Amino acid sequence: MKPARFDYQRAESAAEACEALAELGGDARVLAGGQSLVPMLNMRLAQPRLLVDISRIEALQKIERSGGRLLVGAGARQAALLSHDGLAEAAPLLAAALPWVGHAQTRARGTVCGSLAHADPSAELPTCLLALQGAVRLRSSRRHRELPAEAFLAGLMSTAREDDELVEAAAFPLRRAGEGQAFREFGRRHGDFAIVGAAAVVSAQRIRLAVGGVADRPMARDWPALEGSALDDALNAFAWELGARDDLHASARLRRDLVRALGREAIEEARRCRA
Amino acid sequence: MPRLSADRRTEVRFTLNGRPVAGLAEPRLLLSDFLRHVVGATGTHVGCEHGVCGACTVRIDGGLARSCLTLAVQVEGCTVETVEGLAPGPARLSVLQEAFRRHHALQCGFCTAGILMSLDTLLRDEPAADKARIEEVLGGHLCRCTGYGPIVSAALDAAERLSEDPGAGDAPEERDGDV
Ligand code: FES
Ligand code: FES
Repeated sequence: MKPARFDYQRAESAAEACEALAELGGDARVLAGGQSLVPMLNMRLAQPRLLVDISRIEALQKIERSGGRLLVGAGARQAALLSHDGLAEAAPLLAAALPWVGHAQTRARGTVCGSLAHADPSAELPTCLLALQGAVRLRSSRRHRELPAEAFLAGLMSTAREDDELVEAAAFPLRRAGEGQAFREFGRRHGDFAIVGAAAVVSAQRIRLAVGGVADRPMARDWPALEGSALDDALNAFAWELGARDDLHASARLRRDLVRALGREAIEEARRCRA
Repeated sequence: MPRLSADRRTEVRFTLNGRPVAGLAEPRLLLSDFLRHVVGATGTHVGCEHGVCGACTVRIDGGLARSCLTLAVQVEGCTVETVEGLAPGPARLSVLQEAFRRHHALQCGFCTAGILMSLDTLLRDEPAADKARIEEVLGGHLCRCTGYGPIVSAALDAAERLSEDPGAGDAPEERDGDV
């Protein structure tokens, strides 16, 4: 399996990358860590005319806190975020979910924004971005804009990114006081894509649960601070609303079971972490 | 940087196991193929070519990478390390490699180069790595022969030796004579 031919340009700045994207649009693809894109090139599921390599643009590699959010640049690798100082306090959901993203060998290269842009419905990072009500910053030669997670994640491996836009950074809200966060996942083997992944963010008044791996994109629900059977009912309704289907990896019924079970576990753990 | 044309081969230069190497590559040439076919360093193996099996794992600038998911042109100016660089000398094996031999941690050897790179990196960063950490890192590799047990034993053995004597990785070590 070898990629089809493409031109290659190592961009030295985000502006240069955007110019190349403006010129070729959908015929160009952005290469950052390559952990999703290069398999697609090797299998020839993607055959772009140009690869724009942004992996050496230092300005895009930053991970910084600003305005109550953790900003993760397009070139920042998953391993860099996982070892970011104080991540477990600032964004406990990311600290819990990142070890589930691929393997150590792919996290060392794969980027956070690359995973978001790839938008696999069972990937952990889009589910987390949605649970945290984060956003994605997009940049083109025409404009800069920011889209909230639910607007960015548009469907099965598809996002609201226009062909000439570069995902410049992801913005994850920092944990607020009194908030608990937790992540649960079930897959065939650790490192495989999730059959179901569940991310919970819980405060005194509300519960937010995002679930990946069931619908064509991660989906979230907000509830007041439900308990006991009221929470079971809400989880059950959510599990049915996701429209699970049978496929090679799991039956629809197993997926609904997992949404109920992992959803509850994640919410309960998030509650414990609030204390 | 100027755009490299799909059909033109350009010169790629990087450091491989401490020595400078150079060769011609089209943009689409994978690092795994560059190592094997252009440089002739066939220690790095190729299994799945889509990032799943781990056979092609190398180190780029000190961090692990699937060479089948990396373009040769991407490592221009980088430091690349492969299994050929692990042994401290021509007639000597590293502590980890010795442990692989003692524990029969390989049969066909197809997976071994990649696994050695991952475990060598783990023990470099965490000389006292425990079984759970070793299994976690090994999770990024497929081995169809050993059942993994002997690989874990070898890594634990090497971890023990390295944490007792952190210099052991660099020091010459006598062969066990159990050839
Ligand atoms: S050949 Fe690269 S991971 Fe299998
Ligand atoms: S020793 Fe044969 S695949 Fe691992």
